Amino acid sequence: MTEIQLRNIDKHFGPVHVIREINLTVKDQEFVVLLGPSGCGKTTTLRAIAGLEDIDSGDILIDGKPVQNLHASERDVAFVFQNYALYPHLTVYENMAFPLRAVRQNREEIDKTVQSVATSLGITGLLNRRPSALSGGDMQRVAIGRSLVRRPKAILLDEPIGSLDAKLRESMRVELKRLHIENGSTSIYVTHDQVEAMSLADRIVVMHEGLLQQVGTPDDVYRYPANIFVAQFVGSPIMNMAAADISEGSSGVSVSLGGVSFAFPAALSGKLKEAGAQKGKVMLGVRPEGVLLSHEPKDGYVEVTSGIIEPLGSHDIVDLKVGDIVLRARTKSGFVAGPGLKVWARIDPAQAHFFDTTSGSSLEIRL
Amino acid sequence: MAVVSTRSGRLGNRIAIAIVLVITLIFLSPIYWITTTAFKPLVQATSVPPSVLFEPQITPFVKLFTKRAQLTGPVSPEVYEAAPWWEKLVLDGGERLARDGNGDVVFSAYPDRFVNSLIIAITSTILAVSLGTITAYGFSRFRVKGEADLLFFILSTRMLPPIVVAIPMFLMYRAVGLNDTHVGLIILYTAFNVSFAVWLMKGFIDEIPKEYEEAALVDGYTRMQAFFKIVLPEAATGIAATAVFCFITAWNEYAFALILTNRRAQTAPPFIPSQVGTGLQDWTVIAAGTVLFLLPVAIFTFLLRNHLLRGMSFGAIRK
Ligand SMILES: Nc1ncnc2c1ncn2[C@@H]1O[C@H](COP(=O)(O)OP(=O)(O)OP(=O)(O)O)[C@@H](O)[C@H]1O
Ligand SMILES: [Mg+2]
Repeated sequence: MTEIQLRNIDKHFGPVHVIREINLTVKDQEFVVLLGPSGCGKTTTLRAIAGLEDIDSGDILIDGKPVQNLHASERDVAFVFQNYALYPHLTVYENMAFPLRAVRQNREEIDKTVQSVATSLGITGLLNRRPSALSGGDMQRVAIGRSLVRRPKAILLDEPIGSLDAKLRESMRVELKRLHIENGSTSIYVTHDQVEAMSLADRIVVMHEGLLQQVGTPDDVYRYPANIFVAQFVGSPIMNMAAADISEGSSGVSVSLGGVSFAFPAALSGKLKEAGAQKGKVMLGVRPEGVLLSHEPKDGYVEVTSGIIEPLGSHDIVDLKVGDIVLRARTKSGFVAGPGLKVWARIDPAQAHFFDTTSGSSLEIRL
Repeated sequence: MAVVSTRSGRLGNRIAIAIVLVITLIFLSPIYWITTTAFKPLVQATSVPPSVLFEPQITPFVKLFTKRAQLTGPVSPEVYEAAPWWEKLVLDGGERLARDGNGDVVFSAYPDRFVNSLIIAITSTILAVSLGTITAYGFSRFRVKGEADLLFFILSTRMLPPIVVAIPMFLMYRAVGLNDTHVGLIILYTAFNVSFAVWLMKGFIDEIPKEYEEAALVDGYTRMQAFFKIVLPEAATGIAATAVFCFITAWNEYAFALILTNRRAQTAPPFIPSQVGTGLQDWTVIAAGTVLFLLPVAIFTFLLRNHLLRGMSFGAIRK
């Protein structure tokens, strides 16, 4: 039973405000992913929890006990470093036994634990090797093994698979998920890769410039981004975003993007008012899969011209010239034959997101 | 293509080996010279042109370790017959061994000076490397106020040619009674080497990812334990390299040893050239003293050669 709580954590590095008033509760057995662009303070947050970095103010609680004044060695968490930090002068076995020797376990117990963890990670054949003789994936397994032997209260992982190649990353992702399901240890995982975050997390914590942007399940974060930053950071290819000019007509509401009007249900205008949106200060965001295409004119579809097409095998990403902006749409492969063709497009209102231009926050309108 | 490039590669290799060989020969020639001189009869040692072929003898070493006096007259045959073989070597050279009241051979000061050199060089090396390593660790791992200034200050102690302060040092040492003491020279050499050790070790420790210790810290070790269990083994290469440099500096130091010591704590460097023969400058004895003096550094360096090789390139390459 381990719960980690961050209360108003604040941290500066000299003049740089790295963490700003972070509040977060990680529940027992939960797998939480800190996701954000480079330099947003993910590593610093993780290191602060581990006790490798002091915080300026706030409380860090592990199982309800404040630990911000305890040494790293007294917090009983494990840390997996991006560069693995396997001791080069020790064998794999010794590396994995190292945390157990700190608590002065006896030989047989250490051996039993190391062997069983090594077995579950499939690295028993490597125990006598030195880290320098391991592949990246194996080093990573050993690093994870070293964090597991002690059965710590929580495991903190800082981009543990960031330096592996794409294929290995994918298989390690699955392995990490399996390990977490088997061990059920409370885990905080740092990454800047949203695919990793989506696939591993029970909950994703999106960070930007030291601030928490959104905390939620992968589904929540993807479907209901809290602001423009999250909307554009999560999801690939990134969400289309354009200033929206909204006007009421007789048949419904029309939303004009780049000078081209798209039809929206009449309910939109009421909801916008309710949300306190100001005229001319609304951004519309729609993921490429929310831009629907047709070969013939259809009701509610407007004529646009195709631009560059990115064929991705399972589907295509098509650039559409919409007035003076470009919208990207996701289509079946080969749906649009080439650039410069006439197609008809529509924005799926259910997949449209509206944001306040000034604050960047979502207006939380669901159609 | 591949064959050609391998061939030219091999040729290049041979040329490189030839060049290295020539350079090695040039560097070794003084050592060859001094070593052969140590085994030559005095006449041949000073002959012009130098004699290449000679019958090696160890008389210079016997002379090095003993006190002698010029023979005033011929030795009586009984005395000559009764003398052990090594004494005969000296008698053959026209000198006799000095003996004390009990008739025992009186040793020269060389063994004492040699031991002094060992004590002072080893102790000051251990001190300089330990202090240097700890200091470098602090600078490398913690945010130290005025770090750049402090490091510059440490280095600046080496910017003055040391001999400039020889006279003040001499006066200060005499005033506090450190003159001609082991402690005096140990302090001096430690102070002299520690700045060097700090800078060298900082380079090495900076190269050790701090995540190594952090992993240990998180896994339940104190910083002290992490330092001894992780940092020290990882820094072994750097420590070996630093130790060799410090040892060589302390071992070879001449000027201060000459000024600050004269008997009890005198080291070998100022002693060896003072080893004149009873009548004339005996170059073979000086050569013998020098050859023995070369050995510790050679042995020390040889033992640490693997570390040294890695250490040189390790510290040199910066990312
Ligand atoms: N020891 C330090 N001293 C000064 N500034 C630091 C230090 N460590 C980190 N920073 C700064 O704090 C900010 C956050 O760093 P942090 O390492 O937490 O980012 P991150 O989100 O982990 O980024 P990345 O994805 O690149 O690892 C960055 O601007 C970084 O330059
Ligand atoms: Mg980071």
